[in-house]
Amino acid sequence: MIQYIIRRLFYSIPILIGVNLITFAIFFLVNSPDDVARMHLGTKYVTPEAVERWKQDHGYHLPLVYNQSASGVSRVTETIFYHKSFRLFLFDFGRSDSGRDIGHDVRQRMWPSLAIMIPMFLGGLIVNIAFALFMVFFRGTKIDFYAVVFCVLIMSISTLFFVIFAQYLFGKLFQMVPISGFVSGWSMWKFLLLPVVVGIVAGMGGTSRWYRTLFLEEVNKDYVRTARAKGMSEARVLFGHVFRNALIPILTGTVVVIPMLFMGSLIFESFFAIPGLGSYTIEAIQRQDFAIVRSMVFLGSVIYIVALLATDITYTWADPRIRLS
Amino acid sequence: MCSVIIIGLLAGCGDRPWNYPYGFDLPEKNLFFGSFSERPKHLDPAVSYSASEVVFTGQIYEPPLQYHYLKRPYELETLTAEVLPQPIWYDSAGDLLDSHASPDQVMKSVYRIKIKPGIYYQPHPALAKDSSGNFLYHQLTDDELKDIYAIADFEVTGSRELVAADYVHQIKRLAHPKLHSPILGLMSAYIEGLAELSEELNTKHEQGEQIDLTQIQLSGVRELDRYTYEITIKGKYPQFAYWLAMPFFAPMPPEADRFYDQPGLTEKNVSLDWYPIGTGPFMLVENNPNRRMVMVRNPNYRTDDFYPAEGLPEDKENGLLQDAGKPMPFIEQAIYSREVEAIPTWNKFLQGYYDTSGVSSESFDQVVQFGSTGDAVLTEEIQQKGIRLVTSVAATSFYTGFNMLDPVIGGYSEEAKKLRRAVSIAMDYEEYISIFRNGRGIPSHGPIPPGIFGYLPERLGINSFVYRWQHGEAVRQPVAEAKRLLAEAGYPGGRSRKTGEPLILYFDVTATGPDAKAWLDWLRKQFQKIDIQLVTRTTDYNRFQDKMRKGTAQIFQWGWNADYPDPENFLFLLYGPNGKAQYQGENAANYANAQFDRLFEQMRYMDNSPERQQIINEMVAIVREDAPWVWGFHPTDFGLYHQWYQNAKPNLMANNTLKYKRIDAELRTQLQAEWNRPKIWPVILVVLLILSAVFAVVWIYRQREHRRIEL
Repeated sequence: MIQYIIRRLFYSIPILIGVNLITFAIFFLVNSPDDVARMHLGTKYVTPEAVERWKQDHGYHLPLVYNQSASGVSRVTETIFYHKSFRLFLFDFGRSDSGRDIGHDVRQRMWPSLAIMIPMFLGGLIVNIAFALFMVFFRGTKIDFYAVVFCVLIMSISTLFFVIFAQYLFGKLFQMVPISGFVSGWSMWKFLLLPVVVGIVAGMGGTSRWYRTLFLEEVNKDYVRTARAKGMSEARVLFGHVFRNALIPILTGTVVVIPMLFMGSLIFESFFAIPGLGSYTIEAIQRQDFAIVRSMVFLGSVIYIVALLATDITYTWADPRIRLS
Repeated sequence: MCSVIIIGLLAGCGDRPWNYPYGFDLPEKNLFFGSFSERPKHLDPAVSYSASEVVFTGQIYEPPLQYHYLKRPYELETLTAEVLPQPIWYDSAGDLLDSHASPDQVMKSVYRIKIKPGIYYQPHPALAKDSSGNFLYHQLTDDELKDIYAIADFEVTGSRELVAADYVHQIKRLAHPKLHSPILGLMSAYIEGLAELSEELNTKHEQGEQIDLTQIQLSGVRELDRYTYEITIKGKYPQFAYWLAMPFFAPMPPEADRFYDQPGLTEKNVSLDWYPIGTGPFMLVENNPNRRMVMVRNPNYRTDDFYPAEGLPEDKENGLLQDAGKPMPFIEQAIYSREVEAIPTWNKFLQGYYDTSGVSSESFDQVVQFGSTGDAVLTEEIQQKGIRLVTSVAATSFYTGFNMLDPVIGGYSEEAKKLRRAVSIAMDYEEYISIFRNGRGIPSHGPIPPGIFGYLPERLGINSFVYRWQHGEAVRQPVAEAKRLLAEAGYPGGRSRKTGEPLILYFDVTATGPDAKAWLDWLRKQFQKIDIQLVTRTTDYNRFQDKMRKGTAQIFQWGWNADYPDPENFLFLLYGPNGKAQYQGENAANYANAQFDRLFEQMRYMDNSPERQQIINEMVAIVREDAPWVWGFHPTDFGLYHQWYQNAKPNLMANNTLKYKRIDAELRTQLQAEWNRPKIWPVILVVLLILSAVFAVVWIYRQREHRRIEL
C-alpha cells in the first residue's frame, strides 16, 4: 500500500503543475499586470509612473511565461509565472499583493471554517444515514412516501432561503440565537448552532435520498434475506449488514467533500459572519490579488488529491477484499 | 434532551439576551457597535484613501487640521495645530507678496504650522524604552519574536510627545517607493522637492540600499523647531489647506518605521499597514478585518479637546450642543463587526445590536415613506423604536459622460452640442432616482453638488438647457424639445439626414445581473423616446477602465466623491489638461474648452467670494451649453440612529467624527433586553412534535418486529 501511496503522490506533481498553469492562464487572460496594479493603487490620482513602480516592486514587470530578453534558463525563470508559482511546490505561499503573509492568513481563517463545517459534516452524515435507513425500514409505506416527498421538497428549496428563513425565525422572531456573528473560544457554540442546523437540514434532501437508493439496492440481496431468516431484528439487519455493504459509495461521496470543510462555505460564512476561508478566494479574485488566488487554488488541489487518496485507503477498511496495488 | 440542554445553555448566558451577538464578557459601558462590509486594505496614513479605511484611520491619526463638526458650509479648524496656517507668498525673486498678489506672481507658498505641545502618542511597543533609554523592541531577536503574532503580544509599550519632525517624516514617507502612496503623483506637482525625493528614493530602492528617511532631506518640508514645521508649495495652491485635514498629512514617528521594518515582524504580518500608531482619540487594539475591528480610547489622549460650542441655529434645537465644552471622546470602545450581507446587518440593527445603520434597497419600504410634501419620514414601526432618520445630500456627483473625442457624440460643433442636449433631456433622472434609488437623490443641474461653494439652489441654479422653471420648481423640458434638438443636430426622427441611417449610440457599462438589466432596459427606453437606438456594451471592469484610458468608450456612467469642499475639486473634472485619454487625468469625458480652462485657472486660486462665484457661474454656463455630461444626480445619504446614540450629524468631509458621539449605554441595555425576549414556546412545541414522532416510530417498529406471521 505504501508503494501505491508514493506512486499516487508522484502522479500529483504534473496535476499540480497543470492546475497552476491553468490558474495562471485564466487569471492573466482576464487581468493584465497593469489592471492588477491599478486595482491595488485605487481609482483616484493614479499616474502611469505609479503603475509602473508598483509592478516593478511586486514583480509584475516581468513577461508572463517566457522572457525573450533573457538568456539560458533565465528565459523561463525570469517570468511572472516562475516567480509567483514555483515556491508553491515548497508550500511557501509567499505574500499577498497587499503584503500579507498568505500562510498566516490561511492558518488564521481555517479554524472558523472548520468550526462550522466539521459539525455540519458529521451531523449531516449521521442524520442523513439515520433518515435514509428510516425510509428504508418503512419502504413501500406511506411514511416512506411522505419522507421522500419531504426530501424532494428540501432539495427544491435553495440553501439561501433556509439561511434567511432560519435567521428570521430563530434569530429575529423567536430571538433565541444571534442572527450572525462569531466569537472565539467555547462561547462560539451559540453562533454555530443555527448555521450548523441549517446546513444539516438544507443538505438532508439530496443526500438522504441518495443513501436511501444505495440502501434499497442492498436490502433485497440474498445475504440480507439470509440474515432475516436467521431471525435478526430489522434494526440489526439494517445497521449491521445493509449499512456496512453500502459504505463504499457513501465513503466515495463523503471523503471527497473533506476539502470543502477546510475551504469553507461562502454562503454560510457570508450570511452568518463567520470569519472563515469561504470568502478568502472570492475576495482575492475581486481584488485581483493573484498571489492569494494561486495559493488557494494550489492548496485546494493538494487537499483534493490527498482526499482522493484517503478515499482509496478507506475502501480497504470498508471492504477487506479490496487491495491497493 | 438536546433541546433542553441548548435552552439551558442559552438561559445561562447571564443578563444578556440569548441572541446577543457579541461575547458575554463585554462590559456595559460606553461602547459603540458598528458594522462594516468592505474590509479595509490599508491603515498606513501614506497609503490609506478609501472610505472603508478612513472610518478607522480618521480616529487614530491626527493631521494638523480638521473640519468643524457642526458648522456649514464646511469650515477648517485646528486639530493639533495651534492656529490655522496662512500661506506666505513669495515671488520669483524671493520677495514677500501681500494677499492681493495675483496667482501669476506667486512663485511659492509657504505653510508654517505650529503644533500644540503636550500631545502624546498612544501606548505602542515601537516607543517602549528600557531604563537606560534604549528602545526595547527595535532589534528583535528570533527568540523574542517567537511568541509575537500581534501587536498586543508585546508586553511593554511606551509613548512620547508629538513633535514637528514627525509631520516632516510622514510627508517624506509619501515618496517612499515601497509604500506607493496614491497622492504621490499629485503632491509631487505641488510640494517642492517631493518629485526629486521620489526619484532619489527610487534609485536607492532599485540598488537595494536601505532607506532611512531621517537621513534624507526634503527641500520643501523642514522642521523649524520642536513644534514648528513648514511646507513649501510650488506656486499658489489654496486647496492645500484641505489636504492638511487628511490622514496623509498626519504625523508618523520615525521609531514606528524602524520598529515595523524588522524582517521578523513583516513575516508575521505585524506592519504599520495593520497596526497603526497615532495621537488620535482612539487606538486600534484588534485588527481582524475578516471578523471585527476594535478601537479603544487612547489613554494618552489630551484633555483639551472639547465638544464644539458653536453650530447652526437648528443644532441647538436638535440637541447637538448639549455636550458643548465637554472633553472628548465620550466613547470608551468602538467595536466594528464585519457583515457582508445586508439582511442580517439590518435585523441586528433593529434588535439594537448596532447603533447606526444606513438604509438598503431591500429594507427601504420597511423604513421610509414619503409624505405629501415629498419629505422622507420613518414608518410607524421604526418610529416606535425611537429610531431617528437623518438625511444629507452627499458631496458626490454621478453622471453620464459623453466621450468628447468620439466622432458621433463628441466634438464641439453646434450639431454635436444639440445631440448631447437632446440626450440630456431624454434621460429622465427624476424617474431614475425614483425607480432605482427609492427617491434618494436630487437631479443635478451642473457639476457642483449642494454644500460646496459655487452651487446655486432653486431657480438660480437651474440648467435651462434641460429644465424650465414652472410653478416654483424645475421641470424637465418635454421630449418634443429633445426631438427638435435632435433634428437640428442632423438626426430628424433618429436618422442621419446625410445617410438616412438610424442613429446608433453605444453605452459602455460594467454592470451585470438582474438589477443591471432593469437599469439598462430603462436606459434604452430613454433613448428610444427620441428614436435613438442605444446599444449597451457590457464589459468587465478592467476592459472598461482600459477603454476609458484609451478614450474609446462612447457613453459611460461615472462618479466623483469630493476630496475637499471646494468647487475646484469638481470643476477640475472638466479641465482640459486633466483629460483621461491624453493626460491620464480625472477628466473622463476628455472635455476641453479653452475658455473654460482659462476661467478654471483663474478660479482655482481664488478665495470664496462673489467674484469667484461669478466665474464659477460662467464656467457652469459653458459646460451646460457644451453638455459633456448628462448631469445626473447627487445621492442623498440616509442615516438611521438609535435613540441612545447622541450627537449624530452627518459631516461628509470630516473623518474623525467618532469622538463627538455619545452613547447612553444604560438605555441601550434596557431596550436591548426589552426588544429581545426569547420565545421558548415554539421550541417546546417542536420538541414535543419530534418526541411524539419518535415514539410513534418506535411503537410502529416494535409492532412490526413482534408481528405474528400466520402460516
